[in-house]
Amino acid sequence: MLFEIFNTLIDTVSDVLPIAAIIVFFQVLVIRKAMPNPRRLLIGFAYVLVGLSLFLVGLEKALFPLGRLMADQLTDPGFVRAVADGGAAQLDWSAYHWVYLFAFCIGASTTIAEPALIAVAIKAHQVSGGAIGIWGLRVSVALGVAIGLTLGVYRIVIGAPIHYFIIVGYVVVVVQTYFAPKMIVPLAYDSGGVTTSTVTVPLVAALGLGLAESVPGRDPLIDGFGLIAFASLCPMMTVMAYAQGSAWLSKRDRITRGAKDDS
Amino acid sequence: MINSLRDLLPIIVVVAFFQLAILQQPVPDLLDLLVGALFVVLGLTCFVYGLEISLFPVGESMAFAFARKGSVFWLLVFAFALGFGTTIAEPALIAVADEAAKVMAHGQIIDNTKTERDDYALGLRISVALSVGLAIVVGVFRILKGWPIHMMIMAGYLGVVFMTSIAPDEIIGIAYDSGGVTTSTITVPLVTALGVGLASSIRGRNPIVDGFGLIAFASLFPMIFVMGYGLLV
Repeated sequence: MLFEIFNTLIDTVSDVLPIAAIIVFFQVLVIRKAMPNPRRLLIGFAYVLVGLSLFLVGLEKALFPLGRLMADQLTDPGFVRAVADGGAAQLDWSAYHWVYLFAFCIGASTTIAEPALIAVAIKAHQVSGGAIGIWGLRVSVALGVAIGLTLGVYRIVIGAPIHYFIIVGYVVVVVQTYFAPKMIVPLAYDSGGVTTSTVTVPLVAALGLGLAESVPGRDPLIDGFGLIAFASLCPMMTVMAYAQGSAWLSKRDRITRGAKDDS
Repeated sequence: MINSLRDLLPIIVVVAFFQLAILQQPVPDLLDLLVGALFVVLGLTCFVYGLEISLFPVGESMAFAFARKGSVFWLLVFAFALGFGTTIAEPALIAVADEAAKVMAHGQIIDNTKTERDDYALGLRISVALSVGLAIVVGVFRILKGWPIHMMIMAGYLGVVFMTSIAPDEIIGIAYDSGGVTTSTITVPLVTALGVGLASSIRGRNPIVDGFGLIAFASLFPMIFVMGYGLLV
């Protein structure tokens, strides 16, 4: 156990090393000024490294094996056939309903625990002076990932080409951009990229590959990809929708309050 | 601590529900599961604490220092180095690149030998790292100039659509995925703090409108570059 933690810590440190080297290089040679509070920064870095390592060991120990196993079991043709109506020999897309539900739930729940998203939400909350809620952002991103994964899984089952979905998604994003409050737009675009890292990618990869293996006529090497793309696209829409929704609510609120003041 | 526990709770509920109610199987290694969950909670708590006292201040203080120094050239060099350096060693990208090499060998686009596959994977990693470096440069330049982000992102979308129409079919799924995997847990807070720091130290820029958006470029450019790489090889 200790050995695992130590190994993961070494891995994390070596991932971070190039970043640290770049920062030190520019700090020493270009900026040529000491950073304020170097001791505090080092302690903070140590916390980040230890925290991330513990987090990864914990996931690897507890959740990933079980999650991968479940993705395998849920996509197993035997299981799908057993829960399909009347045990039909020919499976259509609706036979995979448990897989859709699993994709939705696992997408939402892993995104809530995603450290990078927590970081961005904290920053956005600070910078917006509290106008963007930490939980509002996190929940709407989680919902976006959930919808994205469900759509992505559905695409693997029906075997449609991925670019049709993605291009339609782009059109929706472009239209929403024109109607959403201006301040949310950059943040919404960012939230597409931050959602998929440490927690989501390993589980999602297992789900995509398992499904592409078990659905007849799908090639895991080609159809197994693309889930991450969906999980990066849909959060943009839900975050803009969240901002549109809260803008609309506060406007309605103002109008009703204004009406009361008049009377 | 309590916050982190609350963050983890949804996963536990989902896993337990599917395991017990749908698959109707017992949970294997309950002890391992509990210990693992404890580690995740502890780890998340440490990470968030460390984030606020190190990654955020570092990103911001460097942004302020560059803004005071006033050298656009060095700022852009730094932006490129940060994007390239953090991406080339990214474990998720290494995994995706290896997987992509397998797909290409399977589709008989490259020879199915180990050296060919390794060369292909390395080339892919370099093109993604270059594209992220370039993306951060473009994103930082946008903050300096105060250009509206949506026009640039839409131009990027047109680029993606155009490349999709000419790139080989096998590469498209991988290219779309590569946009999402490039930004890691350490890079995101650092880059976000850099953008927000820059936007708040330049007069006339609004941190919320101009400071965010760097990650968006870093997720978009790799798609275009990976499809370009697919065309060349």
